[in-house]
Amino acid sequence: MAHDHPHDNDLDPMTARVRALETVLAEKGLIDPAAVDAIVETYEHKVGPKNGARVVAKAWADPAFADWLRSDATAAIASLGFTGRQGEHMQAVFNSADTHNLVVCTLCSCYPWSVLGLPPVWYKSPPYRSRAVIDPRGVLEEFGLRLPGETAIRVWDSTAELRYLVVPQRPSGTQGWAEEALAGLVTRDSMIGTGLALAPEAAS
Amino acid sequence: MSGEENSFAEPWQAQAFALALALQDKGLVSPGEWAAALGRERARVGVAADGSDYYHGVVAALEALLAEKGLADHARLAELAAAWHRAARATPHGAPILLENDPVGQHG
Repeated sequence: MAHDHPHDNDLDPMTARVRALETVLAEKGLIDPAAVDAIVETYEHKVGPKNGARVVAKAWADPAFADWLRSDATAAIASLGFTGRQGEHMQAVFNSADTHNLVVCTLCSCYPWSVLGLPPVWYKSPPYRSRAVIDPRGVLEEFGLRLPGETAIRVWDSTAELRYLVVPQRPSGTQGWAEEALAGLVTRDSMIGTGLALAPEAAS
Repeated sequence: MSGEENSFAEPWQAQAFALALALQDKGLVSPGEWAAALGRERARVGVAADGSDYYHGVVAALEALLAEKGLADHARLAELAAAWHRAARATPHGAPILLENDPVGQHG
């Protein structure tokens, strides 16, 4: 078909493929386009590592909450209003002087969405997924995190049913801090285990 | 907080991601099925070492699952993608691109 107007519109191939998927699913009544839009809105604007930072700060400030988080992370996290979409279970793993925890998904990219939002690109990269298990200490050094030799590194491989949240150690010099201020020290990477919580002087 | 890299780079990535979640919300695909389908795509030779083609894998996993479940085969999806391309080219600049704008028509 010839047209007189210039062809200044087109879709890139990936957009066209996704629209084809959407069209088929909507035609069959299997998805509601409004529900799909709501999911996009949620992940673009509403969930993110700030949720996880609130969980960690509360655990630092409130020993009873920390105990609850240790024994039933799914419920403790849900009490703050953060629930997984498909009811996947959460486990909180606490860093200590002896043990540092690191989270990976070797299969694909299972990630604690409800508390951390979307995974960073590197979390989804093949080298991180394979090397986090084989050489966690080397991976951490690439993130600029050099742990003492006596600190053991425990690697947790996420699945579709079980997701992990690392609770980093509370930085020293934060006695008496309010939860909100504490949350400002909790980075996304510290909750994956590729970083530590910020020192108080780095927070402002 | 270093959060800049964990949003979607392009709108189609957000749409594809949301479609995968919507199918799981509806119970049409279980979380385990989805992880396995995505894992297969991400384990293919030639995936980018930096993870930048992750959402290409999401789209391929969705296509494979729809085919597996008999909801749409690759030919049907390819035909619809071509229809979207034709619709886009036939849509005047500034107007929303709708599938109805495909001059070849017939998608009901």
